[in-house]
Amino acid sequence: MYPDDVYYTEDHEWIRDDGGEYVVGITAFAVEQLGDITFAELPEVGADVVKGEAVGTVESVKAASDVYAPVAGRVSEINDALETQPELVNQDPYGEGWFYKMEDVRASEVKKLMDAAAYEAFVQEQET
Amino acid sequence: MQLIFEKSHPGRRAITLDPFDVPEASLPDELRREEAAALPEVSELEVVRHFTKLSQRNFGIDTHFYPLGSCTMKYNPKMAESVAADGNFAKLHPHLASVGPYQRLCQGAFEVIHELENCLAEVAGMAAASLQPIAGAHGELTGTLLISAYHRAKGNQKDTILIPDSAHGTNPASAAIAGYTVVEVPSLPDGTLDVDAFKEALTDSVAGVMLTCPNTHGLFEPAVADIAAMAHEVDALMYYDGANLNAIVGRCRPGDLGFDVMHYNLHKTFATPHGMGGPGSGPVGVAEKLVPFLPGPRVHAEGEGYELIWPEQSIGRIAPYFGNFMIALRAHAYILHLGAEGLRDVADKAVLNANYVHARLKGALKSAFDGRFMHECVFSAAPLAKEHGVHALDIAKALLDTGFHAPTVYFPLTVKESLMIEPTETESKEILDAFCEAMLDIARRAKEDPESLHAAPISTPVGRLDEVRAAKELNCTF
Repeated sequence: MYPDDVYYTEDHEWIRDDGGEYVVGITAFAVEQLGDITFAELPEVGADVVKGEAVGTVESVKAASDVYAPVAGRVSEINDALETQPELVNQDPYGEGWFYKMEDVRASEVKKLMDAAAYEAFVQEQET
Repeated sequence: MQLIFEKSHPGRRAITLDPFDVPEASLPDELRREEAAALPEVSELEVVRHFTKLSQRNFGIDTHFYPLGSCTMKYNPKMAESVAADGNFAKLHPHLASVGPYQRLCQGAFEVIHELENCLAEVAGMAAASLQPIAGAHGELTGTLLISAYHRAKGNQKDTILIPDSAHGTNPASAAIAGYTVVEVPSLPDGTLDVDAFKEALTDSVAGVMLTCPNTHGLFEPAVADIAAMAHEVDALMYYDGANLNAIVGRCRPGDLGFDVMHYNLHKTFATPHGMGGPGSGPVGVAEKLVPFLPGPRVHAEGEGYELIWPEQSIGRIAPYFGNFMIALRAHAYILHLGAEGLRDVADKAVLNANYVHARLKGALKSAFDGRFMHECVFSAAPLAKEHGVHALDIAKALLDTGFHAPTVYFPLTVKESLMIEPTETESKEILDAFCEAMLDIARRAKEDPESLHAAPISTPVGRLDEVRAAKELNCTF
C-alpha cells in the first residue's frame, strides 16, 4: 500500500527518483477515495511548474480533483497511455498508472516530502 | 423494452394525409436528403402504448418519495401549473414586448414580473431583483458580473473571489468565467467555515465572497454576519448562493445578514418544475448599491401601467426576453398562494422533516456533523465501507429496491462516502417513517448480508449500470 521508494505529499501525490528523472503519480489511497478513474488530464511537456501548482485533473465517477506538482521542476514526459486507459491508475497507481515525469528537480526538495511511514501515519490521521 | 424504431413496420401509419389539392412543388436538389429519414412506422395505438409504458418507468415525485430534495425535484403544486396553463399567459408571444406599441398587450405579464421581483427582493432583504437569469448557475454568473461591474465603476483593482470548500462546484466555475481567481477557504471538522483561514485569505484584492447558508453540509454558518462585516471592511461584496434559501425563507433574510448580491433557485424555494433539463430560473437579488448595474431591460411601474427601462450602468442583457417567464409565473402563483405565513411554514417543515429523519437514522448511520441540521442532513458511509465493504453507492442502489429514490451520494465532497438526505416540506410522517425503516433495514443488511447490497438493485428495469463506461464512452444517440 505504501511503497518505500517514493516520497508523498499531503495532496496524495507520490514522486520517485528514477535516476535523475522523477516520476509522479497519485497514491493508492487517493485512488481508493476517487473510485474508478474515467479521465486524467495531464500537464504539457516542457511546462515549468512550481510546488503545489495544479498541473492536471483526475476524474472518477464520483468527482473531479486537481493533481498538484509535489516539487518545482519541468515536465519532461507524460503518460500518454492514460488517455485511452485511465483505468491503469486504478490497477497500478505506483507503476503503469504514473502521470508525468519531471526534470530540473532538486533532490533536497523531494527528500523534504513524507516517506512511507510518515505518509501512512498521515493517512491514518485523515481516516479518523 | 423495444425501442420504437424496433417496432417499426414498413407502411404502418398513424395518420393518412389527404391527396394534394395544390400543385406539387419540389425542393432544390441540394436541400434534399439522399436517403429517407429513418422514422419509425407505427400505428397510433403503438405510439400511445410505447410512450405510456416509458412514462411508467419514470421515477417521479408524483409517484414516489425523493430524498434528493429540492436540488432535483420537489413537489410542484398543481395550482401553479393551472395558472401557467392560462392562455392569457401561455399564448403571449415573447416578441410582443420588443415592439413598443404592443407593450400595452403585455401589461399583465409585466405586472407579474414587477410584483415577483418585488416579492423576491422582500423575502431576501434585497433592494431589487431581476428575473432574467435562466438557471441558478446563470444567476451566479450574473451576480459575479455585477460584482465585477461594481468594482470597475469604483476603480477598484480586485481579482479574487473567496469560496468555501463546501460550496457547490458552480460557484468557482461562475467566478472563473467572470474572470476571477478563486481561492478556496477550508471548512472546520464541525462543518462550518474556518473563520481564521477566511481572515487570512481576505486581502485587498478580494472582490467578493460566495457563501451558501445554510451551507451544503446542511448547517447554518454561525459566523455569517461577522464574515460579512469583515468582507465589507475591504470593500469585498458578499454573494449569497440561494441554493438553500428554502431552509430559512420567512425566518431570516440574506440582506439582513449583510449579503449584497444573491441568486434564487425558483425550483428549490418556490417549487417550480426542475430536474433533467429544466427549464430553470435563477433570478438575482441585489442591495441598493448594485441596482444601477442590473441586467436590462427592466420592467418599471409608471403611472397605472408598466414600461421597460435600462438601468444607467447595466451589465446588459444576459438572457433572451425576460428569462424563463413561465417558470417565474409558477413561482409567483406559489408565493401569492402561500403568503408570508405559508412560506415560513414551508421552511419550518423542511427543517423539521430533515431533523426527524436525522434523529431516526443517526444510531445506524454515522452523522457527518454534530451540529443542528437545517433542511438536509448528511451521513457518512465510511465506517460501513471500511468494516463491511458497503459504500454509499451500494446503499443508494439498495434503496431503489424499496420503492424510494436514492438520496444524493458523494456530495458534499468534503464528507467521505457522503449520503445527503433532504426530505423537503411536503412529506407526511408516515412516508418519512417508511423511508427511515427502509434505511435502517439497509444499514442492518450492510452488517449481516453485505453481498445483497452489492447485488442491488434487482427490481428496477435495469440493474447496476456501468458508470465508468458511460463516463468514458458517452454516446447519447441510438
